[in-house]
Amino acid sequence: MGFKKYLARKTGVYLITFLFAVTLNWLLPRLMPGNPIEAMLSSNLGLAPGEKEVLMEYYSQLYGLDKPLWEQFVNFWVSLFHGDLGYSILYRAPVTDLIKHALPYDVVILLPAIVLSWVVGNWLGAIAGKNKKYDRYTMPLFYFLASMPYFWFAMLLVYFVGVRAGWLPYQGAYDPAIIPSLSFGFISNFLQHWILPFLSLFIVQIGSWAIGMRNMIIYELEADYVRYLEALGGSEKLLTKHAYRNAILPQVTGLALQLGLMVAGAIATETVFNYPGIGVLIMNAALSQDYFLLQGAFLMVVISVLAANFIIDIIYAFIDPRVRTSYTEG
Amino acid sequence: MPRRNRMETVKIAFRNRKFQFGFGLLMFFVIFALIGPLFTNFAWDGLYYEKVGKVELASYSGRHLPPMSREEIWTYTGKKVEVLHILGTDIQGKDLYAQLVYGLRTSLWIAALAAIIGTILGVSIGFVSGYKGGWVDEILMMVVNIMLVIPAIVLLILVAAYLSARSPEIQALIIGLTGWPWVARAVRSQTLSLKNREFVSLARLAGQSDLRIIFGEIMPNMVSYVFMAGILQFSGAILSSATLDFIGLGPTTMVSLGNILQKAIAHNALQFGWWWWFIPPGLIITLIITALFFINLGMEEVFNPRLRRGGE
Repeated sequence: MGFKKYLARKTGVYLITFLFAVTLNWLLPRLMPGNPIEAMLSSNLGLAPGEKEVLMEYYSQLYGLDKPLWEQFVNFWVSLFHGDLGYSILYRAPVTDLIKHALPYDVVILLPAIVLSWVVGNWLGAIAGKNKKYDRYTMPLFYFLASMPYFWFAMLLVYFVGVRAGWLPYQGAYDPAIIPSLSFGFISNFLQHWILPFLSLFIVQIGSWAIGMRNMIIYELEADYVRYLEALGGSEKLLTKHAYRNAILPQVTGLALQLGLMVAGAIATETVFNYPGIGVLIMNAALSQDYFLLQGAFLMVVISVLAANFIIDIIYAFIDPRVRTSYTEG
Repeated sequence: MPRRNRMETVKIAFRNRKFQFGFGLLMFFVIFALIGPLFTNFAWDGLYYEKVGKVELASYSGRHLPPMSREEIWTYTGKKVEVLHILGTDIQGKDLYAQLVYGLRTSLWIAALAAIIGTILGVSIGFVSGYKGGWVDEILMMVVNIMLVIPAIVLLILVAAYLSARSPEIQALIIGLTGWPWVARAVRSQTLSLKNREFVSLARLAGQSDLRIIFGEIMPNMVSYVFMAGILQFSGAILSSATLDFIGLGPTTMVSLGNILQKAIAHNALQFGWWWWFIPPGLIITLIITALFFINLGMEEVFNPRLRRGGE
């Protein structure tokens, strides 16, 4: 069973990456100059008198800062597996709870934006690769789109669609006057707030997918197998079909490699819309030096990206016949 | 491989339309960043400074004035000065044109520095990994693959948040330190394909040292490649630094393009419709990255004629 071997190897690689990321997460604050906990507690978070001493003790105990390094490391892992990521002073809540509440908003925005932009971008890119006239007019546009910082495009959307035209709401995930429920009113309100953040990620991403696909198609259409097929009298539709199948594979790998950039885009975009996902948590945590929240969010982002990469790797094994046969026959 | 005269390659590049466009656009912004301050009376923070003896005293302008507005401001000593706000002012009465020019300087400087750091790191690691092979390669590539999967931006945020005083150079350093894996991977695969070519084997037979082979034989064949990787690093660095600044983790001592955008958001410039505050900085970032894209495209066509499409 070759596929099992493939799966085991991939799992191993991602496990090592995960270990590395967590270790980095643990190590970084210890490498930084100064005492982060003290800095965090003495920053202007508005602590009540006496609260600081209690928290100081809580954190020193939690992180066992007086113990030897290896013990601190083990303790860090133990608390991690108990789902304990510390306590956010900024929000006065456990970090795990905060992340649990924020994560669905990220999924709701990012997942459709990534999937749809990938589909639409590849489609537009394939047309550009085949049609020179269309290519001439659309490529500069795609390059312009791909060059835009997500958050700037988000700002343009807010300004032109939200403020100037007043068509759509642009603050938060839903109207604060509405209580979340499964009613029609809430869902439509939620969707209205969802459109602009979604569009800002979706449209910008289309550009880079289209560029990648266009180049791949041009490259594949000149490959020997397409020439051969052409010489055999294959129809243009058939040629394109085969070229497309080969061109789409690197785009699947590209999806995995682009995830990091999209996360970066989402973090900044959420701050524009004040959309209550992890991005806003990260920004607020970074600005008020709420390190536990920051580290928890970092861990969450890394785990999500790793999981997504893992899934893409598995899908890739299924759609690329070369990988599939090398593992089922070898 | 017949070596083409280097100058000839440069000439071909400059004849390429895409390269011309990209290079021209980039140079426009570089020159703008250099001479832009000549057209304004304001200092980098958008304030008007007046020298009184040895100290310089700042005076503010009118608040959120639209572009090209002229006004008369009173300095500290009671003098009246007529000034022109080419791009208007922000909510604190600071000139935005001055902030934009100096912000562009900072952003270009950060990106260039980060690109140099990232490219040098990536090239050396890629070279060593590809040339040495064996367990050195295995370990280095594992680090590269790990670094590629972990989103650089969260790492940057994490590090930047721990630093209380951030200079542009520090930001460039941390961006460079997270950007190199892309270069390393590309350089490694190029090195792998070059190291078994005849001229390299010949050099090895002649008893040349590893370093001499790398710099004397392999490097010259990869200059174009490394240059292109460097340009990609540059555009990546501009984007990362703008994102960091936008989140509020930018340089604390300087104004930068992302920083202007962050202040615009923080002061609700969008809701009040002060478009001159947030459109120009973002547009400049976008155009610089577009220019870099086109430079790379042009260079790709010069070095890889297969991509050239009839007559272009």
